Amino acid sequence: MTKLLEGAPGSRHLLMGNEAIARGALEAGVSVVAGYPGTPSSEIIESLASVSSQQNLYVEWSVNEKVAMEVAAAGSFAGLRAMAVMKQNGVNVGSDFLLHLALTGTRGGMVLVHCDDPGALSSANEGESRHFARMLEIPLLEPGDFQEAKDMVKWAFELSEKIHNVIMVRSVTRLSHASGNVTFGELPAEDKKAFFRHDGFLLDPLEGPMSSLPAPYRHGQQQEKLAKVIAEFEVSGFNAYHGPQAPELLLITSSACYLYCKEALNLLGLEQRVGLLKLGTTWPLPPELMQTYLSKTDRILIVEEVIPFLEENVKIIAAELGSKIGSKFFFGKREGVIPSTNEMNPDLVIAALAKIMQIPYEAVPPAYDRRSQELAVSGAPGRDMTFCAGCPHRASFWTLHNVLQMDGREGFACGDIGCYSLAVLPTGFSTLKTLHAMGSGVGLASGFGKLGQFGMDQPVLATVGDSTFFHAVLPALINAVHHQSDITVVVLDNSGTAMTGFQPHPGTSQDAAGNEVPPIDIAAVCEAMGATVRISDPFDIDNTRQTLLALFEIKGLKVLILQQPCALSPQKKGKKMFEVSVDENICLGQNCGCNQLCTRIFKCPGLKWNSEQNVSGIDEVICVGCGVCASICPAGAIRRKEVA
Amino acid sequence: MNTVNLPYDPYNVIITGVGGQGNVMASRVLGNMLSRRGLQVTIGETFGASQRGGSVMSHLRISSGSTWSPQIPRGRCHLIISLEPTETMRVLSNYGNPNVKVLCNTREVHAIGVIAGDQKYPPLDDIKSWVAELSESCWFLAATDKAMELGNPILGNIMMIGAAAGIGVLPLARDDFEAVISEAMSADKLKINLTAYDFGSEMIGAAN
Repeated sequence: MTKLLEGAPGSRHLLMGNEAIARGALEAGVSVVAGYPGTPSSEIIESLASVSSQQNLYVEWSVNEKVAMEVAAAGSFAGLRAMAVMKQNGVNVGSDFLLHLALTGTRGGMVLVHCDDPGALSSANEGESRHFARMLEIPLLEPGDFQEAKDMVKWAFELSEKIHNVIMVRSVTRLSHASGNVTFGELPAEDKKAFFRHDGFLLDPLEGPMSSLPAPYRHGQQQEKLAKVIAEFEVSGFNAYHGPQAPELLLITSSACYLYCKEALNLLGLEQRVGLLKLGTTWPLPPELMQTYLSKTDRILIVEEVIPFLEENVKIIAAELGSKIGSKFFFGKREGVIPSTNEMNPDLVIAALAKIMQIPYEAVPPAYDRRSQELAVSGAPGRDMTFCAGCPHRASFWTLHNVLQMDGREGFACGDIGCYSLAVLPTGFSTLKTLHAMGSGVGLASGFGKLGQFGMDQPVLATVGDSTFFHAVLPALINAVHHQSDITVVVLDNSGTAMTGFQPHPGTSQDAAGNEVPPIDIAAVCEAMGATVRISDPFDIDNTRQTLLALFEIKGLKVLILQQPCALSPQKKGKKMFEVSVDENICLGQNCGCNQLCTRIFKCPGLKWNSEQNVSGIDEVICVGCGVCASICPAGAIRRKEVA
Repeated sequence: MNTVNLPYDPYNVIITGVGGQGNVMASRVLGNMLSRRGLQVTIGETFGASQRGGSVMSHLRISSGSTWSPQIPRGRCHLIISLEPTETMRVLSNYGNPNVKVLCNTREVHAIGVIAGDQKYPPLDDIKSWVAELSESCWFLAATDKAMELGNPILGNIMMIGAAAGIGVLPLARDDFEAVISEAMSADKLKINLTAYDFGSEMIGAAN
């Protein structure tokens, strides 16, 4: 709600972690920002795009994360401050470029903000991107609260310019999507001019060409930069110790876990017995600072998400310091008191501390606990994930599933990342049988489609979203066409990057800042490759079924584009196409041959099952009026009337 | 920094419901109202899965001192504002305690399992008695139904904020609500939101 540009220096605002990161970049005078949508990172680009015209800022949703890093790096090479933003998977996508960027170094400050999702709260994995810092030898910062999220991003730009290399700043869902009070700093006012110097000596990192050659020489330069950053980390205020001079246990933590640890120590009354070392500069660790705190006690507990990255790095330092600090006993993920999967929370830290310090802890009276658990069994029926009411994917997978069943050769669909990933579940009639990275469904299908020579005759489909099509499908599609793989690619075109909040992509006619841009036509791209292309509206169940069945008769690569905007898209929100109702005189419920097809199988959340009267109904608050259920009711009991 | 007295510090509120009910909006409005009073507010929430018919929860930590964890520890909630009856039961089983207060909207949102007939939605009267058993005090309001009379069911979330102000445990003021809504929305939406807020407060008066 806070407008990022309003608010005087020193004023205090309730900001989402991602907004705090965006404000930090603005206070640093960032000029170029690029990213690809991904929960929990998307609001950073959205916040900056919303103020780009007022700040002479260039902000783009890039086609994928590798290109986003490249676009940001161009800004840095031309002397501007630049930032690339993505979720954890994005760092994998961009890592090839990042490896080379780490060797060439940067000019204007460059920061890579990556938001991990411990617990996979809105991801298909809980992958760690911190390891890239160690693997590619780049400094890593981790903010521990909302104020730090802002301040640390600003500092990261300064650090980047001191060592002339990219700095990684890692957030997590519980910071990015949480909110807290943040005090604003100054916004810079100076005009910036972009110019890329490339006419200097070949090995001059600031005026010569940006090249990673000769690699071993550049690698040496890169490691000198790391030595320089360690000196900064030794004295950084983002590393802080709270607790007694001689603690019984030293708790080392970083990121959102800092807040969980503080709360756990508070609830167990351990603040005067256990020391808390909060680290903001987590790679490379500053050895002198570590020596100071590791010397305080012999027992160390390390709390972090998800796998033991900090823990391993602390252990390496402790081994190196062995002659000075003596041997230590480490509690954490490898020892087992802290889990190595899923996200952390205050209760997990409480449990670990209670065990180590042998303190009894009861969250609630046992009788209350038992009773509330018992009542929740019948009182809180579970909520399985489902496509939204009126989601075009439900209609699309209804047809895909039915056509594969009709064909009878045990065909299947390969999927990837998007809302349509849910089609591995009953909400998508369990149509998807593989689910991996973005674009992987088409790559896998390309491979499956070449297994005919080994006797495989199952029809192979791949489903991709429209944003995914541009992000990672193009190379796989080219591979499939070139090798004459016999598959059908279904593009579920809902007119935007729907899952992450409807961001634009190269197929839409507006960019991140709302400027008119030329859209790339998916059908024309596929036709130019030589694929057979058909287009249908997934809400037209009959036409979609016939079109897909006809495509099964054609050899080679077929593309079916199913066009219907997302039910939550701005153009549809609050507007019903149809008023839908159930004629209770026609619906026979369980006595109908359909056996409750609409509520039992189609299962749109806008439907209701009235178990007393044995009829289906419509939930008027939830139904968005797509009218598809009227097409699937065999008795014609579901009526739809066009809304004028 | 401020002179507000909180019944507990941090005071912990959970706003719960089903994706699409305006949970996140409600937590932002409530958080900003309290932040305007000089309080430190931390809001923890997850979205992404939230729009796909899943349970959603926002955790608010309200303190005169510092930033707290975006996740409330088990059994430590002081006030549950629930937009959906069965979600109240889910939150009570994780964060409830004998001293918790509950504000509950009575509009049912059926899970897919209930729609399919695989699960049973409990009768509202049962839920009311269970919530009463597991809380210190509770209020049940037909907020969504009332919001539909105003022309938009989503306003049920704003009514629940008005109701939270009505029970008087937190420094929630109508002026702050007006200021926060004015910042967040276009001017033409202010009046209907104020009406919804006032209805919520009045419903508490009537329920008492």
